[in-house]
Order: sequence, then structure tokens, then C-alpha cells
Amino acid sequence: MQEIRWHGRGGNGAFTAARLLALAASVYGGRYAQAFPSFGPERRGAPVLGFSRIDDSPIRDHSEVADCDCVIVLDETLMSALDVFKGLKANGAMVLNSAKTKAELQKDERFAGVKNLTALDATSIALDVLKSPIVNTIMLGAAIAATDMIAVADAESAIDELMPRHLTESNKLALRAAYDKVKGENP
Amino acid sequence: MTKTQKGKGRFLSGNEAAAEAVRLCGPQVIAAYPITPQTTLMEKLSEFVAAGEMSAPCKLLLVESEHSAMAAVMGAAMMGSRVFTATSSQGLLYMCEMLNYVSGSRFPVVMANANRGTATPWTIFGDQRDSFAMRDSGWIQFYVESGQEALDTILQAYRIAELPDVMLPVMVNIDGFTLPHTYDLVQVPEQKAVDAFLPAFKTFNKLSLEAPKCMSFAYGPDYHLESRCLQQKVFDEAVGVIERVDEEFYGLFGRRYHGLADTYRCEDAELVLAVTGSAAGTTRVVVDKLRAEGKKVGLIKVRCLRPFPAKFFASLNSPQNSCKVLGVLDRNISFGLEGGLYTDAKASMYRPGAKINTLGFVAGLGGHDVSKADIEVMFGKLANLAEGKPEEEHQFIGMRWA
Repeated sequence: MQEIRWHGRGGNGAFTAARLLALAASVYGGRYAQAFPSFGPERRGAPVLGFSRIDDSPIRDHSEVADCDCVIVLDETLMSALDVFKGLKANGAMVLNSAKTKAELQKDERFAGVKNLTALDATSIALDVLKSPIVNTIMLGAAIAATDMIAVADAESAIDELMPRHLTESNKLALRAAYDKVKGENP
Repeated sequence: MTKTQKGKGRFLSGNEAAAEAVRLCGPQVIAAYPITPQTTLMEKLSEFVAAGEMSAPCKLLLVESEHSAMAAVMGAAMMGSRVFTATSSQGLLYMCEMLNYVSGSRFPVVMANANRGTATPWTIFGDQRDSFAMRDSGWIQFYVESGQEALDTILQAYRIAELPDVMLPVMVNIDGFTLPHTYDLVQVPEQKAVDAFLPAFKTFNKLSLEAPKCMSFAYGPDYHLESRCLQQKVFDEAVGVIERVDEEFYGLFGRRYHGLADTYRCEDAELVLAVTGSAAGTTRVVVDKLRAEGKKVGLIKVRCLRPFPAKFFASLNSPQNSCKVLGVLDRNISFGLEGGLYTDAKASMYRPGAKINTLGFVAGLGGHDVSKADIEVMFGKLANLAEGKPEEEHQFIGMRWA
């Protein structure tokens, strides 16, 4: 089983991304998946979590996700508010929205233990493609490129199913742009 | 597996799955208090009603309180309508008075409850103290493990509730926040299959101008005891009905939940944990892990709190049963005694002279996670008792201090 934790702020789509990933893996990828948010009141701007679980057999576990195969951070400023590294497995992947390069980030010793680190300036792509700083589908594209958890085409199908019609084409473009950029850097 | 849908299903939250079930059952009247602690279940249903997507014409009444919501569906049931409402935590407590009116008058109201803790301390997070507090309200109470089971149990609930020999209200408990907000693959049956399973609601227990009668009236002491005895007998009848309806459901839909209580890997299990709701799923995972380590452990999933699977628990205490120690996980507590499920399980197992080795665990209150590690700790304590090591009979699990 793969367990994925999404870090975002209320209103910026972290849980939608968790749902997109699990929807893509299950309905379109033919596997089993779960998605759930950090339970509680929703407050715009407050730190929130989203979780996805993906497996080849039905998922019965209803406890919180403790150990993560992948952590995706939509907003770099969250790193000063909470421990985004918590529970990340030794061989786990971290995907971070940051204008800094991977090498620059690795000067921070907290990143030293992260085997599979991907940094992407998702906000720039969002402003360019979506004309808005919403990075959830961009970070989904980056995470898929970094981990091959699911097929990128399945993520596009999930966007078509889940997102409002006027947002689907631009978000698929943004997802693909992030996917290509990360794959280009780590072929 | 299922005969009604290709593929593994749709990706729905527990609340969406429950709403799909209600849509398919086609209640004519839904009443709800639309503000906290209402959940997205009612939000989804209001969308179905507005879009005309319910399987039968439906009037959605938004009322000023949960007490009124239950009163409104009782009024509609009194006219012979199929009805639905949903609530959670404080809302359920606020309904308490009307729950008893509905059950005593034998109206087959079906309600979904997103289990959450009760104030104070104020909490919006999950535990089962709300519904356990309503244990004696005369309602059949189901607890479900997944969104799929929420959907399927609501279908079964209408079938059971409306049978002329039953005519009892049914509460379907869905562990909040966990299940209502967890998205998972869910098979949504075809309308045709649901219609074959659930016939149109017909009842003599209603008001009519052609045959005027008085309903929900007062009894003097002369008939009261006998009427309560009849109410109890109906619950005895319901045991068989619940099992039968589950079998019927299996024949049509290919999924079943085994009546009042299900078991997992219990055939030769010596250490068994009884659980309600979403924690049953997590316990399955732990049982698999411990079995792989060679430990003889098993799970009992208690699906019905009322009627209680008393005969099932009694059978654990027979010499033929492999069970050496039974643990019970309660996501509720009856202050001054212990967890409610534990009390009922122990009482059901009691026989003069029989040795009962049991431990009662209270965990997962007010949204506290019931982790796999916590469940392993519980099985460890059952093992200790089996080996003759001392263990306190009642324990809180998962605390950082005490």
C-alpha cells in the first residue's frame, strides 16, 4: 500500500488533490484507493491535510495515516508552522512547491534525509497557466512524475470527472506542464 | 461480485454513498435541521431533491430543530409516507424525546446518524457516545464499517423497518468524521434492483378519513406493561428478520453483512476483539498482521446494538468455542461503569459456573484516532490475560498520561 499526505492551506485544494489522486488510481487505474481530509472545521488559510491510500486490494484501514510513502507540500510557508517531514519513510518521496532549486533546499539539513526530493515552482506555473495561484493539480502532476504512482492520463480523466467543466482544460494543461518539467529534470 | 454494476464502482464519500441509498429508496418526505451538526449527507440529498433525481417525488422540509425534524417525519409517517432524516451528536440528543414517540407508535422511520461525541467538552469529532446514549429509545441500531456498508445498510433498513411484522424505526450509525468524509469505491445499485428488493411502503398504521382512528395516544397503567412486552417481542422477531433480509440482499446484490454480528478469522481464534463501526476495518488489518505472526486472533464486528447479538456472545462462552479471552472496544463510556458494548457482551455471555475472561477497552473518544498500534496493544493485553498475567478489567487505550 502507498500512503500519501498532502499539506495545504484551507481553500487551496489540497483535499481535492488527494481525491483526484485516489479517484485516478481506483476508477481509472483499476486499483483500490481511499481519500480523506484532516477531520475538523474548515478554515480558509489554516493548515490542512489531505490523505490518499492506494493498494492492489480493498482498503479496510480507517486509522490515520502514520507513515508516508510520499509527502506533497503545496505551500512552502507551512514548513515553519508544522513538521512536514513527520512519518516520511526512509525511501519516501517529498514534493515541495518552492522557487528554490533542489540543491538550494538541501542546504537545509531537514532535507538531508529525504531520498527522493522534488522542488517545483508550482506557483509560477499556476499564475502562467491558470492565471491564479492554485497549485493543487500542478503538484499532483509533479508528484506523479516523481513517483509514477499512477498514470498521468488517469489523472487527466479524474480532473474531467471531478472538477467544474470550465476548469478542466486549464488544469489538465497545468498538470501536464508540471509532469513534463519534473520528468525532464529527472528522466 | 455485484450483479448490478460493471467495474469496481464510483468514488464516493460515506455521506454521498448514504445519500445515494436514500435517493434509491425514494422517501416521500425528508425533514432536517439544516445547520450544524447536520452533515453533507443532507446537502447531497437537497441537491437530489432540487434536481428531481430522487426515485420518487419528495418533499424536503427544513425545520427549526432536530426535535422538530423527528416530529415532522413522524407526522408524515402517520399519513403512511416513507420518510428519512439525518443528524449527528447534539442533534441526536435533542431528538431524544421524539425518538421514543416514534418507536412507541411503531413508525418505520429510517435515520442516518454521523456518530460524534457529545458536549461538554464541546466536540465536533467522532465517537459513539451520541447513539449509545439513545440505546433505550426503542430504535434498531446498526453500525457500519464503510461507505458501501452505509449504502447497503440503509437499503436493508427500509426493508426491515417497513415489514408489517416489524414496524420499528432504524438508526444507521456512520462513524464521523471518519466514514462520512472518506472517499472510497462504492457500488451504487440500479434502481430496478432496489425496487425488486424494497416494495412500495404500505401500512395500516396510518390516519385515514375512510377509517378514522386515534394514534400515539396515552395508555393508563392497565395496558402499559403488556404494550411494552409486545415492543420487546418485536425486537426478538427482528433478530431473524435482520438475518433474513441480509440473505435476501446477498442474493440480489452479492454483498452481505451477516445479520447482527460478523466474524473475521475467528474459526480457531483464542484472542478475540469485538468492535463496532469503522474501527472494525482497521482491526481486520491488525488481525491479518498478527495472524501472519502465528497468533490466533480474530475480530467480531458488532453490527447491531439493538437488537443485541446476545445469542452470538453466549455461544463464545461454550466449551466448544476456541475463544479464551474476549476484548471489547468501546468508543463510548457509561460513566460510573464501563463501555456500553462491554456491559452488554459480558451480560450475554454470563452463565452460572462458566468462566468468562474479558477485558473492556475505551478508545477513540472525541475524534482520537484508533490506530493499528492501539489495537495491537489491546490484543497484547488479551494475550497477557490468557497467560495468567494480571490486567485491569477496564482500560483506556491510547492515552499519553493518566
